[in-house]
Amino acid sequence: MGSITLEQVCKSFGEVEVIPGVDLQIEDGEFVVFVGPSGCGKSTLLRLIAGLEDVTSGRIVIDGQDVTVAPPSRRKLAMVFQSYALYPHMSVRKNIAFPLKMAGLSADEQERRVQHAAGILNLTDYLDRRPGQLSGGQRQRVAIGRAIVREPSAFLFDEPLSNLDAALRVNMRVEISELHKKLATTMIYVTHDQVEAMTMADKIVVLRAGRIEQVGSPLELYRRPANRFVAGFIGSPNMNFLEGEAAARLGAHAIGVRPEHFRLSMSEGAFAGRVGVAEHLGSDTFLHVDLDDGTHVVARAEGEFPASHGDRIHLTPQDGRLYRFDQNGSAL
Amino acid sequence: MARNISQSRRWGFTILAWGAALVIFFPILWTILTSFKTEADAIASPPKFLFFDWTVENYAEVQSRSPYFRHFMNSVIISVGSTLLGLVLAIPAAWSMAFQPGRRTKDLLMWMLSTKMMPAAGVLIPMYLMFRSFGLLDSRLGITVVLMLINLPIIVWMLYTYFREIPSEILEAARMDGASLRNEILHVLTPMAVPGIASTLLLNVILAWNEAFWTLNLTTSKAAPLTTFIASYSSPEGLFYAKLSAASTMAIAPILILGWFSQKQLVRGLTFGAVK
Repeated sequence: MGSITLEQVCKSFGEVEVIPGVDLQIEDGEFVVFVGPSGCGKSTLLRLIAGLEDVTSGRIVIDGQDVTVAPPSRRKLAMVFQSYALYPHMSVRKNIAFPLKMAGLSADEQERRVQHAAGILNLTDYLDRRPGQLSGGQRQRVAIGRAIVREPSAFLFDEPLSNLDAALRVNMRVEISELHKKLATTMIYVTHDQVEAMTMADKIVVLRAGRIEQVGSPLELYRRPANRFVAGFIGSPNMNFLEGEAAARLGAHAIGVRPEHFRLSMSEGAFAGRVGVAEHLGSDTFLHVDLDDGTHVVARAEGEFPASHGDRIHLTPQDGRLYRFDQNGSAL
Repeated sequence: MARNISQSRRWGFTILAWGAALVIFFPILWTILTSFKTEADAIASPPKFLFFDWTVENYAEVQSRSPYFRHFMNSVIISVGSTLLGLVLAIPAAWSMAFQPGRRTKDLLMWMLSTKMMPAAGVLIPMYLMFRSFGLLDSRLGITVVLMLINLPIIVWMLYTYFREIPSEILEAARMDGASLRNEILHVLTPMAVPGIASTLLLNVILAWNEAFWTLNLTTSKAAPLTTFIASYSSPEGLFYAKLSAASTMAIAPILILGWFSQKQLVRGLTFGAVK
């Protein structure tokens, strides 16, 4: 079991209020991703749940138990850190067994669980090595191994993939998702990478300046962003925003169109402009277009699209794929 | 980046370095040489450098006149004891300053260091009176505690510096793994700080071994370490240079050997974290 409830959780560092008051319900077995730009308080929120920081006010409940003032060791949570935070003086085996040793398990039981975790994570051949002798991906797996042997009620991941190179990141992303399917344990995952958020999450929590901007499934956020911030943050490349006359015509302060929701034409369309940079990836073509009113937009065409630098191009938003925002940025 | 230094300048610097080293080492060399002279040769003018009648009589004389081994054991107990006691107090103190710093931690550290700037003679009388009241004069326990207190600021500062190099995430990981504070310090922090703790230990053993002001003033015979043993050979008439030198040589030999073998460790510890 691993349901987690946050009630009006606040955190201040001295005079500075980092988290002004967060309410959040995380269901048992859910994969929840906290996403937002750096400094939005997502890591702080995770550390509050872990018990590594004390809340200034509010309540944290795990499995119906109030753990607001409980030390980290009493919360039955496991955490994977960005820097892996392995114990450099211990072998992989001892690293993984450390939480078991602290829990006072017998040596046989420790070894059994270490072998089991090592099997799941392909670490069996490396058990006698030190962390310093492992690659980044292997270290990350050891950190995950150390987390899973405890059979915690929830896993906390603090940007676990940001120290890995791009190819490895994709692999580990899949591995963590598979692990979640296998273990069916609650996971809270912090990242600033919205692709990780979209691909892994059951539920995404978008944060800005310590406040929750929106909570929902990846596609809910993609299809119905609550405001301009979420609209701009979710989706890659970012949503294009147009203000002024074009927006006013639709009765909005700003309108938003995702790059993949433009129809492209060389001859006619709603907006006209000139191609600045054309990125031909084969599977997609990304065009960076300077519209006649000076706005810079990005449009995506599927497959190969015959446009290059300097070409004149026309863009039309697809029906029903246009978002309208008021003065405050809220969706209309 | 490699610098271009001409051959002649390189020679110049080498000679300068050897010269400086010789100046630093000369008093020790002279003490050792004098310890093998007769008392007459020891005060001969002009001084005799190598060509004199070599003798080990001084050593035999010193051995027979005072119990070297007892002083040696006192030195070992006092220097190692004060250092270990200091570490037991300083490890938790340095832990809290490095990982749970408060608003006044920096001030506290500076204040601790400032006590080292206080002239020891200024507190001699109150210390002496306190020792007398508590019956600690000439006791190993008393002098061990005093030397521990004197070196504690250095021990805390050195450990604080090493601990600051240890990423706090690793300690947080231990906390998440269910380690109590005691286990966190015992199983994670201390093993990771072993190089730093070792050089702190070595340096403080050396400092305590060489400490003379308090050992001379607060011990006489029972708890007297080697410093007192040396002092007993200096007399106002100054006619016992050779025996004094023999005593000094025997007093510094153990620590010289220890320092020689742990050179690498000491240098590594003292420059720990200077270059990442």
